[in-house]
Amino acid sequence: MGDEVILLDYWPSMFGMRTRVALEEKNIKFDYREQDLFNKSPILLEMNPVHKKIPVLIHNGKPVCESLIQVEYIDETWPGDNPFLPSDPYQRAQAKFWGDFIDKKVYGPTRLIWGAKGEEQEAGTKEFIEMLKMLESELGDKTYFGGETFGYVDIALIGFYCWFDVLEKCGNFSIEAECPKLIAWAKRCMKRESVAKSLPDSDKITKFVPELKKKIGIE
Amino acid sequence: MAERSEEVKLLGMWASPFSRRVEIALTLKGLPYEFSEQDIANKSPLLLQSNPVHKMIPVLLHNGKPISESLVILEYIDDTWQHNQILPQDPYDKAIARFWARFVDEQIYVTAMKVVGKVGEERDAAVEATRDLLKLMEKELVGKDFLGGESLGFVDIVATLVAFWLMRTEEVVGVKVVPVEMFPEIHRWVKNLLDVDVIKKCIPPEGEHLNYIRARMDSLKLKSV
Repeated sequence: MGDEVILLDYWPSMFGMRTRVALEEKNIKFDYREQDLFNKSPILLEMNPVHKKIPVLIHNGKPVCESLIQVEYIDETWPGDNPFLPSDPYQRAQAKFWGDFIDKKVYGPTRLIWGAKGEEQEAGTKEFIEMLKMLESELGDKTYFGGETFGYVDIALIGFYCWFDVLEKCGNFSIEAECPKLIAWAKRCMKRESVAKSLPDSDKITKFVPELKKKIGIE
Repeated sequence: MAERSEEVKLLGMWASPFSRRVEIALTLKGLPYEFSEQDIANKSPLLLQSNPVHKMIPVLLHNGKPISESLVILEYIDDTWQHNQILPQDPYDKAIARFWARFVDEQIYVTAMKVVGKVGEERDAAVEATRDLLKLMEKELVGKDFLGGESLGFVDIVATLVAFWLMRTEEVVGVKVVPVEMFPEIHRWVKNLLDVDVIKKCIPPEGEHLNYIRARMDSLKLKSV
């Protein structure tokens, strides 16, 4: 078809993982380009001048920024036989609501868990568990968030799974004890080739976090 | 096609840009709806039941089923009633529109709130930061009547927040956050918006709105003392 697809990404980013999973799910060949966020490349600065952040999806030279926007773009451009979003407008809206929820409410607390100490860290842990429980309640007894098919909300959340080990160690808690259904869901997702290919091993993330803290200047 | 009574109800707040943008969308589509003014300080059982996660307005109730988050609501309206499309059809153009909508809500709005909520040096810093963000919006308007191109679109509806909220705070705050010399395109765009009947109809009346902003600013100041 002559499509050129480039992904500017950073291997531990749970946001970049969304776009990786989405591209893999649609079997799109893409050129993965690892970015150094501490020494941003000209292409990153050119393609995302507003935020200068990864991931950036470049399709035939045109950039798409923001991971969930990329996931929708991928779904709309390469619909295939596995749409990420349901066709019913109400169900689509529910999926987008939960994607937005994950962006607004789940990421923030994780930064406090691995990046902060004492009361701040505790508050982050408490908040994180509360948000996961809301998601678990939304999942219920379904196979995936959308029902029987892997889709948008699953893609939005699964990247956090490889961070669970390091979060549990830092926050001194067990996610499985708090949200067993969510862990079961994550394990189901990990069985998918697209997910297994796109997520780094948990222990890689766990080893990486102390290095990251040094790099950004936190003790 | 079976006849169905479409019941559309909006739980909103008259001075909220997020609520008004939903009203703009519904009005653009010519959809009759029931508006239910909500008291944010004293949230109704219906609001809490309809949006248990965030407990915020706006919430759209379509035949009793709730949809929350204004950007999600706008897309829902466009998906459900497909005439007078708000979002572009092309996936790339759609992605760009979604990007700018988020930029308005997550960057401009958050920074601009500090202009109203802070004083002295902190306010000055907020004004600077807001202007830096608006410069990006200014660039987008060059050669275009609207952010959506020739006609009003998704980003324009979302960015009414800039035109009729941020710019209105100037009078109350006494700072020209968006001077016309610095932002001629934005000022031109606001004039274009005011020429659109639906916009005129759906934005809060200026006098009452300024009083409201003034009162809010005073109460924010009191809180920070």
